[in-house]
Amino acid sequence: MSDSLIKPRIERPPLSQVIEAKAPLFLVPVLMLIGLFAIGSGSTWLTLTAAGLAMGMMIFIMASGLTVIFGLMDVINFGHGAFISLGAFAGFTILGLLGGWIASPSIAMNLGAVLLAVVFAMLVTGLAGYGFERLIVKPVYGQHLKQILVTMGGLVVTQQLIYVIWGPDEIVLARPAAFQGSFVVLGAAIEKYRVLAIVIGLALFVAMRLVLNRTRIGLLVRAGVQNGEMVEALGYPIQKLFLAVFMAGCALAGLGGVMWGLYQETITAHMGAEVMISVFIVVIIGGLGSIEGCFIGAMLVGLLTNYTGFLIPKLALVSTILLMGAVLMWRPQGLYPVVKAH
Amino acid sequence: MIVKLLSGDTPRSKMLSAVLLLILFGLLFAPFLFPGTRPLDTAARICIFIVLVASYDLLLGYTGVVSFAHTMFFGIGAYGTALALVNMGPSYSAIALGTVCGALVAGAFAFVIALFSLRVKAIFFAMMTLAVASAFLVLISQLSGFTGGEDGLTYRIPREMTPAFKLVNEKVLGVRINGKLITYYAVFFSSLCLFLILLRMVNSPFGRVLQAIRENAFRAEAIGYKVVRYRSVATILSAVMAALAGSLMAIWLRYTGPATTLSMDIMVDILLMVVIGGMGSMYGAVIGAVLFLLTQSYLQNLLGFLQESLGNLPIISEVVSPERWLLWLGILFICSIYWFPKGITGRLRGT
Repeated sequence: MSDSLIKPRIERPPLSQVIEAKAPLFLVPVLMLIGLFAIGSGSTWLTLTAAGLAMGMMIFIMASGLTVIFGLMDVINFGHGAFISLGAFAGFTILGLLGGWIASPSIAMNLGAVLLAVVFAMLVTGLAGYGFERLIVKPVYGQHLKQILVTMGGLVVTQQLIYVIWGPDEIVLARPAAFQGSFVVLGAAIEKYRVLAIVIGLALFVAMRLVLNRTRIGLLVRAGVQNGEMVEALGYPIQKLFLAVFMAGCALAGLGGVMWGLYQETITAHMGAEVMISVFIVVIIGGLGSIEGCFIGAMLVGLLTNYTGFLIPKLALVSTILLMGAVLMWRPQGLYPVVKAH
Repeated sequence: MIVKLLSGDTPRSKMLSAVLLLILFGLLFAPFLFPGTRPLDTAARICIFIVLVASYDLLLGYTGVVSFAHTMFFGIGAYGTALALVNMGPSYSAIALGTVCGALVAGAFAFVIALFSLRVKAIFFAMMTLAVASAFLVLISQLSGFTGGEDGLTYRIPREMTPAFKLVNEKVLGVRINGKLITYYAVFFSSLCLFLILLRMVNSPFGRVLQAIRENAFRAEAIGYKVVRYRSVATILSAVMAALAGSLMAIWLRYTGPATTLSMDIMVDILLMVVIGGMGSMYGAVIGAVLFLLTQSYLQNLLGFLQESLGNLPIISEVVSPERWLLWLGILFICSIYWFPKGITGRLRGT
């Protein structure tokens, strides 16, 4: 027997399959190219592309928490938008207190103010997420219908609580001095704040991938996505993992809320629920539960919104719905379907 | 005969029957019991919302599908009638044509949405409908040349339906019998008919299949019912009913705009009404709509009173401020999902 060892034969998949699997990666460049042809002017295109990428990054920040929570716990939090608003209000409170830091021309002080605001917002939304998971989500794990209803109720109550704490009026606050105005690159004006948003979004994407793929906790999360019961059977406290991921997702919503608030320079209690429309579209396009899909989806939605916003302003939001329809015709589970073990 | 009219689905509880009779007679004699413009307006809204909420219950309570596009269908019906009245002038044929077209378009939209998303999970359908309905709202608000944009459409309805038309010159029981009253009764009886039709639907064999799907879709499929087909038909029927309710709204208000028909706030209101009133029972829609709309008008007074009597304690007085009535209904909503999922109707029936 020993002389006739059977060698395992690893077949290379044919090229068509490789392309099919990698196809979503080409979508963003293809959309950019189409945009370039449709718009015609290079500098306008560059401005719009930067705006689209910045918007996409911010949507990604908000959507990533939602999609990871879904992947791990099979929960879609319709109240996610409330955390976006809550984060924005918490962050703006800090920025309001640090008025002197914002107005000063020093970049360090500006950045410090924004950083403090972000940290505070993430703390507040993370803690609120703790309460939300314990009180609202925990009793209805596994029951989709009730989950949707109860998190919707949570959204209403949280929005009303924001009114109670911060009053019914919108808050207007100018961006820190260092992030006002724009750079001029190749004849195209690119707002400084958008560059910051792109940098933060990219950093977050890389960090999330590192945490999920290289750390022990990331390993547990990925294992939990595939088969939660098995993780529990191996002795890991899956309930605590749920809670931690839920809080992290809510904190990310808070971060996104501050960024989005600074981008719009106006915040209302409804802003979260409004931006959630794009977030849902992104999550559906990407495939529920997938970080990579979410990232690509966010870029697509951001770019498409800005391109159509320039070409046919009235159809900006409708175009993203059409994009969603097209993607679902191609891949009914989204760009990167999450494989579940059961 | 009454049992037949109710399709055999009687309230099955003395308390519930008493409450329902009270509501029926209250609405039937509303112009005489509560004279004035505002109470009449509230009564008409209650009639319309009963149909709207009942049609939503057909989907949520009976089929177990969560949709956030119900206001979109409501709005399509309202805009159908409104556009017909604007473009054809105030005539009954315009109302009829607009209503039929609105209902057809709503049904077609529902069909397309169902085709796309009913095969997959409930969550998916909920997200999808939310996104589509929001996009529709934005589109309607921006196509100002066609739909009047944010300002909406104002139009005239046939003269016999306006306050200027007098049927009898003397007052009857202290109330003027004018066109407004005729419109109210038109709305009331149309709503009653639509409600009875919905009751008929859910108590038909078709309705039983829907409930079977809600309880266990897998088993229903195994018995041989095509789940996707039944769900799609339920979605379409509920959309058509919502569109008809929208037409009634357009006729009653003589105005149609995004805020009164399409906004997400109304969607949340409908959700609250269904769940608080009681999912899975048409009578729940009646109780939910009446309770919610009365609360909207009168809980604010109570909260205002509470706020005054509590003085100015820092946070408490904010929480009971009249503008925060939705906070209390939201909390009631969450509690009712946990502790009495059959809503007030279930409580009254003692189940």
